[in-house]
Amino acid sequence: MAEQHSVEIRHLDLDFGAVKVLQDLNLDIHEGEFLVLLGSSGCGKSTLLNCIAGLLEPTDGQIFIKGRNVTWAEPSDRGIGMVFQSYALYPQMTVRGNLSFGLKNAKVPKAEIEKRVNRAAEILQIQPLLDRKPGALSGGQRQRVAIGRALVRDVDVFLFDEPLSNLDAKLRADLRVELKRLHQQLENTMIYVTHDQVEAMTLADRIAIMKGGQIMQLSTPDEIYNRPRNKYVADFIGSPSMNFLDGHLENHVFKRGDLVMPMTGYEFAAPKVADRKATIGIRPEHVITGELVQGAPVKSEILVDVVEPMGSDTLVWGNMGDRPFRLRMDGNARVKPGERLPIGIDPSRASLFDASDETRL
Amino acid sequence: MSDIGMLNTVKAAEDPVRRRLDSGPRGARPKRALSRGNIILYGTLLVVSLYYLLPLYVMIVTSLKGMPEIRAGNVFAPPMEITFQPWVKAWAEACTGVNCEGLSRGFWNSVRILIPSVILSITIACISGYTLSKWKFKGSDLFFTILIVGAFIPYQVMLYPIVIMLREVGNTLGVQLFGSLTGLVLVHSVFGMPILTLLFRNYFASIPDELFKAARVDGAGFWGILFRIMLPMSLPILVVAMILQVTGIWNDFLFGVVYTRADSYPMTVQLNNIVNSVQGIKEYNVNMAATLLTGLVPLFIYFVSGKLFVRGIAAGAVKG
Ligand SMILES: Nc1ncnc2c1ncn2[C@@H]1O[C@H](COP(=O)(O)OP(=O)(O)O)[C@@H](O)[C@H]1O
Ligand SMILES: [Mg+2]
Repeated sequence: MAEQHSVEIRHLDLDFGAVKVLQDLNLDIHEGEFLVLLGSSGCGKSTLLNCIAGLLEPTDGQIFIKGRNVTWAEPSDRGIGMVFQSYALYPQMTVRGNLSFGLKNAKVPKAEIEKRVNRAAEILQIQPLLDRKPGALSGGQRQRVAIGRALVRDVDVFLFDEPLSNLDAKLRADLRVELKRLHQQLENTMIYVTHDQVEAMTLADRIAIMKGGQIMQLSTPDEIYNRPRNKYVADFIGSPSMNFLDGHLENHVFKRGDLVMPMTGYEFAAPKVADRKATIGIRPEHVITGELVQGAPVKSEILVDVVEPMGSDTLVWGNMGDRPFRLRMDGNARVKPGERLPIGIDPSRASLFDASDETRL
Repeated sequence: MSDIGMLNTVKAAEDPVRRRLDSGPRGARPKRALSRGNIILYGTLLVVSLYYLLPLYVMIVTSLKGMPEIRAGNVFAPPMEITFQPWVKAWAEACTGVNCEGLSRGFWNSVRILIPSVILSITIACISGYTLSKWKFKGSDLFFTILIVGAFIPYQVMLYPIVIMLREVGNTLGVQLFGSLTGLVLVHSVFGMPILTLLFRNYFASIPDELFKAARVDGAGFWGILFRIMLPMSLPILVVAMILQVTGIWNDFLFGVVYTRADSYPMTVQLNNIVNSVQGIKEYNVNMAATLLTGLVPLFIYFVSGKLFVRGIAAGAVKG
């Protein structure tokens, strides 16, 4: 092994009866990495996390943590700590009891328990809450205690299953930043499940996009956003989502009716991509508007349908020919429904996909 | 802050629409205490409670009267001279057949049946309910279905086969099961199993799986999770199970008659024997006192745990 892997997953299969939830899944997670598993609901993220935790038995495949094969190990012997969406605090125990439960089970000496609980409470700033019951805490405080429960056990890998989904938007943003800070401070490996792309983009060192029990793309947030490997990933990431236009690629020029787009500056996957039916994807926020249209490599126009002013920016929903087309403009932009809006497109920031297998060209 | 408040008040006072609104109805709508609905509701409740309470009243007053007064008077009249003699006689002297020890022997028999049966049945049902909801194994749902089907088989069908089973198993092990209290305890425990297991399974199923998973990550095992996580959250359902079992087993007559002998009859069977004794005159006051004595245990349980009972039923019954 050239690089130290914290968690390695080899050919993992998991069936619930006839339903194949995970299929031949492979994943290597680096030491100290913050990896986010991102996907729509029901794609198998929690299932994968539960397999890593040892709470579900895989049908086939192997799991290694720190180079040790833990496929058959008990959850408590894997060096993992887990934080759940519903907090899952033991309701009849105080915060202190919740934090020390795992240590007591591991027969850690009393003085050491005391020390570790206090340290975790300090890191998470929950010292004043130690003698309260979970019922007397707010959602944010509860989730901090739940994180503390993993923290005290000095685990190698933190597993998070949508830990912020039950919190309101403001608290979610605060705790997100705290989690990031915690990761910078602890430098543990963290595997974080979410369906929220903002959480994924902001927290992750790398993101694994999942669909139907398989990993579609495993890359840095930047790579996922700018160079999605296929149309699914391109569509999934970004809000509002990417505009797709079907057409033909001829000699590295994308054509669709009047729209002729020489793909200058676009990084093709191969030096020479053969002519074929293709789909071009353009992010709403990469569409050029206003005075800059003059200098744009490719010019076109859309018919404005609905305008949504959002304060910081303006979303414009329109049509290019018979295709819906969205774009994001400056907050001060003055656009009216029914207007013909000239736009510019920069092919170097677009994504080009094969029309049949939907992979990036 | 206060300036803005004042400004609003001033504005409101000047606003004609506001003034019009002020004159109309405002706040909660007043309700009449003596509406027709209320009269019907409370009237019905009153009649129903009288219907249930009157027999109890008759029993209590009769048990406190002497025989001459009973023969002379009206059943509803309160006792002219209160006597506890019938209660003493029912407890310690009333005769069934040849022995005249009163109900006391039956009471202690019932206690000796009740305590082990309740503990055994609740313990087993609690563990199986926990297993069937949180540690599912291959075929656990089938197992549960079979158990529930067991609840629908009429007791009468099983009476005699169980007699044979108790006798044969007893012979094999060299202990007396048929006709002994031990045998009856086993029978009560087995018959309590379907409903109690259902009760516990549903209650534990309503405890979130994530809590259970968190405990496993924290290194707690099968028993650790049961004793330190699940049971401390289970007081309401334990109370419900206890009430069901205490009253059910205490009030049992059929199994008591079938599976025990005369010297180990439970209280209910002995009560029947006292009340239906054919020798001598009918002592209504003693019979009433005996009946009340027999009913005291379930009555006591209901009074002590009524509130918890309702809470537990609500908690255990919601999730299927
Ligand atoms: N215990 C189970 N039995 C059968 N199917 C399940 C079970 N748990 C999850 N599934 C199915 O597996 C799929 C993946 O579930 P999950 O991993 O929870 O998805 P998510 O990505 O939303 O966390 C879903 O389609 C779900 O219906
Ligand atoms: Mg999930």
